[in-house]
Amino acid sequence: MGVDMNQNAEKLLDIKDLSITYITDDATIYAVNGLNMELYRGETLGLVGETGAGKTTTALAIMRLLPDRIGKITSGSIRFDDVDVTAASEAEMRTLRGERISMIFQDPMTCLNPVLTIGDQIAEVLESHGITSKEELSKRVDNILTLVGLPPERKNEYPHQFSGGMKQRVDIAIALACEPQLLLADEPTTALDVTIQAQVLALMKELRQKFNTSMLLITHDLGVVAEVCDRVAIMYAGEIIEYGTVWEIFSGTEHHPYTKGLFGSIPSMSEGQRRLRPIDGLMPDPAVQLQGCPFASRCPQCSDRCTAEKPASHRAAGGNIIKCHLFEGEDAGGGNDAGTAG
Amino acid sequence: MFRYIVKRLLMMIPVVLGISFIIFTIISVTPGDPVQLIMGADTAPEVLEAKREELGLNDHFIVRYVKYIGGVVRGDFGKSYRTGLKVIDEIKARLPSTMKIALGGIGLSVLIGVPLGMISAVKQYSFVDYFARVLAMLLTAIPVFWLGLMMLLYFCLKLRWFPPTGGENWKGFVLPIIALAASATATQTRTTRSSMLEAIRQDYVRTARAKGVPEGKIIFKHVLRNSILPVITIAGMNIGVQMGGTVVIESVFAIPGMGSMLINAVRVKDAPIIVSSVIVVAVFIGLMNLLVDLIYTVVDPRLKSQYFTVKKQIKRHNRGEVSAAH
Repeated sequence: MGVDMNQNAEKLLDIKDLSITYITDDATIYAVNGLNMELYRGETLGLVGETGAGKTTTALAIMRLLPDRIGKITSGSIRFDDVDVTAASEAEMRTLRGERISMIFQDPMTCLNPVLTIGDQIAEVLESHGITSKEELSKRVDNILTLVGLPPERKNEYPHQFSGGMKQRVDIAIALACEPQLLLADEPTTALDVTIQAQVLALMKELRQKFNTSMLLITHDLGVVAEVCDRVAIMYAGEIIEYGTVWEIFSGTEHHPYTKGLFGSIPSMSEGQRRLRPIDGLMPDPAVQLQGCPFASRCPQCSDRCTAEKPASHRAAGGNIIKCHLFEGEDAGGGNDAGTAG
Repeated sequence: MFRYIVKRLLMMIPVVLGISFIIFTIISVTPGDPVQLIMGADTAPEVLEAKREELGLNDHFIVRYVKYIGGVVRGDFGKSYRTGLKVIDEIKARLPSTMKIALGGIGLSVLIGVPLGMISAVKQYSFVDYFARVLAMLLTAIPVFWLGLMMLLYFCLKLRWFPPTGGENWKGFVLPIIALAASATATQTRTTRSSMLEAIRQDYVRTARAKGVPEGKIIFKHVLRNSILPVITIAGMNIGVQMGGTVVIESVFAIPGMGSMLINAVRVKDAPIIVSSVIVVAVFIGLMNLLVDLIYTVVDPRLKSQYFTVKKQIKRHNRGEVSAAH
């Protein structure tokens, strides 16, 4: 569905062969390894993976907000619209941040400044991008607060006077204040309870339609993905190992062994199973650069080749792209095409 | 807010009583006779005894303490054993010099320490950072009296920029203030640096960056405001240290302040002077601490709600319940 609609649409974000390392005193962490990703205008891409897979790192790299001195982009390029993010000057990035790309952070409890009123913090985005008149600012702040479902009268209150869900709404208000072209939502619902989660998701969906914003939704909640996303990228150990439309990922029959494990670990209501079926083992140590497939050590279908050689991307029969040796013979759409997308 | 301030002021009463009692007790029970110390050991015993009787020193020290405190409550701090002058007049004459040095020292340490700590944190591991850290280490290690003496030797006696004995005009206060500010500057720099570094790593700073806020504004509006609390705390605590420091520095620069008065009084166990000075200093420190606490609430809205609005909130809450019940 999503792919067909967007086939001719404009590419908004194009990440090629991105690798990111964190260099600390103790070790070098290979957080993202040769990641390729595309995002079209108005599209929502779900980035799914377990903790430590490099999802947040990827999002921070798009904003170029990796921690100073520690996080480094070692190779690859990130292209946002007409800007080369990896090469842009700091001043250029500042004009992008908040106005054209914005981010909703993972933890609403800590990402608001405790000593500034929420109105101030929302106004600050607008101020930083050229709106200076007091009345205009106040009007825009009122509007955006109403939009996210908070009473504008509360704009002079401080973050500690709000609940977690309300803080998340303030966060979303900050992210949407300048009507960005790209919204990076880093687990926007993880810190919230289920009822608030549903509200926030509905809100984001609504706002996305209103502003035609593209969205990169980072989550490990497959239910959220099914509800909101057009396409899905499954990330594992800094690589995207499977990529496709929501339909392909959720209904297709051919999947990367990791994806199968991921879906297998969701408890089923219909089968009378007693225990959860987790994927055995742990993610490989990110401080070690691997020769072969990163999933090899946990893969039930692992062969000698898997530990020795990195698999290429292959298009499976269903249309989804899988980075696994098992699907080598089955390239349905041609290796090149698959390579750029996966 | 008003209630809170009154409460804090009332709380100072037991503090002053406690401090004055402890000091009075120490002076009284330690060996040494003030009359003999003041009049000299070779004075005739009858004369000494007559003086003792006159000063009321033959009473039990508890009785003397109660008498003294009774006077203090009425605003009478007694008379000096040695000079016979009213203590309150002596303090009035000497307090301004000491205040100038102590507050000057605090002011200077904040003016230098805070910006230096900020630069040090923002440009972590840069040359400025190393310079600031080494400087801070040096300043803590140097004793006040030594620094005072060295400056006295060089700037007063060799270069003759400043008068060697202070107290007459502003020039006499420059070196004492610098000497006193040295170690406070060090603690101020280090506190500012570490609390800035902590704030810089917070999520809300990343949020501010993600909003496209210019870096300078991030430092002043987001980082500084969140890291200023420990800085204010240290400045407040330094006031106590500074008051102690003035005792030393006034002796070095021969400034007729509270500190030098206190030292002379301790030598002859002149109880009214000692205890009264300590009370004045204690009240001053107490007031400064109250001021610091009030500044907290201006800087951090979370504390404000803790201190002041709790009662109001409860009232509002009760009113809400009442109206709901109707």
